[in-house]
Amino acid sequence: MDYVPPGCHDEMCDPVGEVRPHWHYLMEALEQMGPVELRKRRDETWRQMRENDVTYNFYGERGGTRPWKLDLIPHLLESETWASLESGLMQRAELLNLLLQDLYGPRKLVRQGVLPPELLHSHPGYLIPAINPGTAIPNQLLFYAADLVRDQNGQTCVLSDRTQAPSGSGYALENRIVISRVLPSLFRDSHTHRLASYFRTVRHTLDRHAPSSDENEATIVLLSPGPANESYFEHAYLANYLGYTLVEGSDLIVRDNRVWLKTLEGPRPVHVILRRMDDSYCDPVELREDSYLGVPGLMNAVRAGNVAVANPLGSGILENPALMRYLPGLARLLLGQDLMLPSVETWWCGDPLELQHVLDNLDRLVIKPVHQSMGFRSRFGAELSSADREALKATILANPLRYIAQERLPMSSLPVFDGDSLKPRHAVLRAFLVAEEHGYMVMPGGLTRVGSSDDQLIVTSQAGGISKDTWVLATEPEKQASLLTERQHAVYVPERHGAVPGRVADNMFWTGRYAERAEFVSRLLRLALQFLETGEGAGTKAFETLLRAVTKQTMTWPGFLNLPAADPDAARNELCRVICDRSSPGSLMQTLSSFLRTARSIRDRLSSDTWRIINDIDDESNALYNIKPGNIIDALDEFDNLITALTAFSGLTLENITRGRSWRFLDMGRRIERALQISRLLESMLSTSREIGDESLLRDSVLTVVDSLMTYRRRYREDADIPLMLDLVICDENNPRSLAYQMTRIEEHVAGLPDKRDTGSRSEIERLALETATLVRLADINRLSTMSEQTGSRELLHEFLGVLAERLPALSNTITAAYFQAAEMPHQLVRLRSWEES
Amino acid sequence: MRFRVTHSTTYDYSSNVSLCHNVARLLVRDTRRQQCHSSVLQIEPLPSGMNEWTDLFGNRQVNFSIETPHDRLVVRATSEVELETGPALDMLFPVSWESAAAMMKTEKDADTLEARLYLLHTDFTEAGPEVIDYARPSFPPGRSLIEGVEDLMHRINQDFTYDPGFSTIATPLRDVIAHKRGVCQDFAHFAIACLRSMGLAARYVSGYIETVPPEGKEKLVGVDASHAWFSVYVPQRGWMDFDPTNAQIPLDQHITIAWGRDYADVAPLKGVVYGGGKHRLGVAVNVERL
Repeated sequence: MDYVPPGCHDEMCDPVGEVRPHWHYLMEALEQMGPVELRKRRDETWRQMRENDVTYNFYGERGGTRPWKLDLIPHLLESETWASLESGLMQRAELLNLLLQDLYGPRKLVRQGVLPPELLHSHPGYLIPAINPGTAIPNQLLFYAADLVRDQNGQTCVLSDRTQAPSGSGYALENRIVISRVLPSLFRDSHTHRLASYFRTVRHTLDRHAPSSDENEATIVLLSPGPANESYFEHAYLANYLGYTLVEGSDLIVRDNRVWLKTLEGPRPVHVILRRMDDSYCDPVELREDSYLGVPGLMNAVRAGNVAVANPLGSGILENPALMRYLPGLARLLLGQDLMLPSVETWWCGDPLELQHVLDNLDRLVIKPVHQSMGFRSRFGAELSSADREALKATILANPLRYIAQERLPMSSLPVFDGDSLKPRHAVLRAFLVAEEHGYMVMPGGLTRVGSSDDQLIVTSQAGGISKDTWVLATEPEKQASLLTERQHAVYVPERHGAVPGRVADNMFWTGRYAERAEFVSRLLRLALQFLETGEGAGTKAFETLLRAVTKQTMTWPGFLNLPAADPDAARNELCRVICDRSSPGSLMQTLSSFLRTARSIRDRLSSDTWRIINDIDDESNALYNIKPGNIIDALDEFDNLITALTAFSGLTLENITRGRSWRFLDMGRRIERALQISRLLESMLSTSREIGDESLLRDSVLTVVDSLMTYRRRYREDADIPLMLDLVICDENNPRSLAYQMTRIEEHVAGLPDKRDTGSRSEIERLALETATLVRLADINRLSTMSEQTGSRELLHEFLGVLAERLPALSNTITAAYFQAAEMPHQLVRLRSWEES
Repeated sequence: MRFRVTHSTTYDYSSNVSLCHNVARLLVRDTRRQQCHSSVLQIEPLPSGMNEWTDLFGNRQVNFSIETPHDRLVVRATSEVELETGPALDMLFPVSWESAAAMMKTEKDADTLEARLYLLHTDFTEAGPEVIDYARPSFPPGRSLIEGVEDLMHRINQDFTYDPGFSTIATPLRDVIAHKRGVCQDFAHFAIACLRSMGLAARYVSGYIETVPPEGKEKLVGVDASHAWFSVYVPQRGWMDFDPTNAQIPLDQHITIAWGRDYADVAPLKGVVYGGGKHRLGVAVNVERL
């Protein structure tokens, strides 16, 4: 392949352009496949990423979710290079650990003048409430990640240290799983080190750090800021892989200086928190007062030694890049060794001499803030106009403590497959370490990221970088050991600890409700559209009734209640609004996006097959969003696809989720919603007045929307018999789409609800469910079907449905109040200031 | 001189609080000139998970939670404190403010290194260029540090109006400067901002001031409430207090509770509550000479 490495160090080719020996095997294999086969495999990579819904949320103007990008060609590291890198990383982790313990304990390094106090105190990562010289609990750095680059001479150096809540290990694992499937024989024959040993150590380490408890098994949770976080995919993924409960701050509460997980059954003690949240957000009592993402009182529970947080609160200070220039000295002082793995040459503007150097050499340097919160984007001095450069100097001089400068490194390059050939791209490798009983273990692999264009020098996932699997080549083949195979049974059984946070049950319940609402409304809209576009029934009373039912069902008032009866264009416009208008409550688009939102927030509880379906639903929803009144007929196809996907979702959730408590909530939500939708439809189609139009048309419409037309036709051959239809839709316990069937399921679920000792409201839920079910079972169809002579309406049906319309929401509300709602939101007693990002 | 201080803080809530987590800095610390004989907290309802520890600044921080539903929280601190009388520091120490600022950078003794933390602005002392513009006239070239700070204290006392109705603790320093109004916290923050902008280390002191006016003297401002002032670091000598609200150098009437970079480090009582609705706050301070 005609790969032309650029001037810098290339990982694959040596300076004369020869492929380095450890790349031979891979390159020959790829050469043999040829571009067509490579393209096929690349597409397969993308497909798998998409199917597993591996995503990354990006911030900015058009914030959103995008699929994780993975290049087909792995990054290869030979074992010798790796061994020296490994010892360098282990030494650096040990050094940072000692530094952390000093900074939050005796603070000798500051008091003896080794580190300038300003270096620490001007950095938002140095958390004063976490400084506790009297503590006996060592602040141990449990996780460490380093971003590594290789310079012109092939020397590896550290670009940045990650000590807060390093992200990426889950993406590295997913990359490995996909690439080993797409290039199976290559992977097998390349003797690549497996990643599972790293995750096994993570589990052992966290278990070991649980404060002693009277229970046998420590409860470990993964604390996430929630679905809006950039790497939420990874939080859910790792929680599943490691077997921990995924929680948000509001799932936890501190009582008696201990952390408790609020589960459906009541509080459970938490021993270890694996946090994926920046530490300053973790406790509004003592840290950032404006953040309620965290857990009020957490800092003091840590101080009391009742819970371990990994990484410890305060470890963000180690990410201060200004520390880098002090590391060689600290290594000699604290370890008695020379620093093995150098940092990219760094100057801190807080030191007067270095400041001068930075100002004099701005055109050779990259200027960075010491902390990302400082609202400053990294800048290359060379790329600035002279006016901008002067402005930058003024910015630095106004607050020199806040800035560092780094040498602009000619980063090494790696081949990337662009669809035709191999192209060189600059690369950064993130290596991951976890503490072991003695020292640290390096993940044998890592997350390689390359720029998305050949001149891109800042490589980040936020900036749209592409990732690569990273193969550390062993000299000997290794035995396969994966947590996935070891814990096959545990993987999608999220309730292994019996711990279902109330928030999760809440989202399950609403996922069920929204899914059902979307499906029901889609059937109704599809039917209305068919009538409109085929002209069948157009202008009839029955059609008008159907259109009004659309408005009533979706509650998109005033809608068709105000429209002239026989204007097809007005009808198209209004239907289009009910489908597409995101801002209109009740519109299909809004229901779908609520569905997607709640489903995403329980992603750790859904199987990957279910995820594929959810992605399909997302796709269909996007297709429908683009429908205009002029091409509304196209929506018919989209509706078919959407309804199929929604039905598949309901089938999968019926079959593929363990029938634990969280499933119960999902199905209960679905049943309540279906009962509500059916009663609402009957009300708007049949109960009101004689003016509703041709009853056989209405009957068939109802049967179509509740998906029981076939059953009806098979069973009864008569026409226009409203009582028979009502019997099928209201009373028939064997019809999974009848009211009676929903009520039976609801009663079963209610009986299986966990008993909440503290509220005792299960009895209230049971009473409501029983009352409603009895009302449905005792329904006298003949009486309900009777049209009142005086009013021309089905008064009794109207009354019956009116009671249901009250009781079903009441049932839903009672369940919500008993199981989901946090009693109150925490808030500050004293507001010290309006928090502003400086 | 021995004092007994009682300081009670009462929160009345419009609805029940089910849980609260609080931080109190109400226990009196020891200082070079002050010895705390006893300092106790009484909290109603009974707290749980209470622990006292010493923070970075050497203050006594107490964390406590209340886990029983309540609509009233009372925190009462009672302390007995002995103050040393006599001159605070060598008032005639001649070091110029410029050398003091330079020594902050060059001296490597532990005290100076610790004091460097107080060179940095915080959210409470961050303001525009008007701060240094205000500070400069007090620090002409060659003036002694102590004279300069004393002058600054007097100017703030004259230029600013004590007005409890103007500011809350959330009022930005900028507004205080623009209107030249505020309370002891504001004056202390402003003085600290001025000193830091001159490259000097200054810290915020929270405490009490004696309520009974000595014979023949005017009643002091700041009574019946907790008080605040500032302290400046004099290299080779140590910290020296100044009270801009009363334009005096604290001698034997100022009792120190705690100090820090600004109010946020020493807020007497703060916390996060679950529930509670609206609240009414009552504070009563009594300082009595024994």
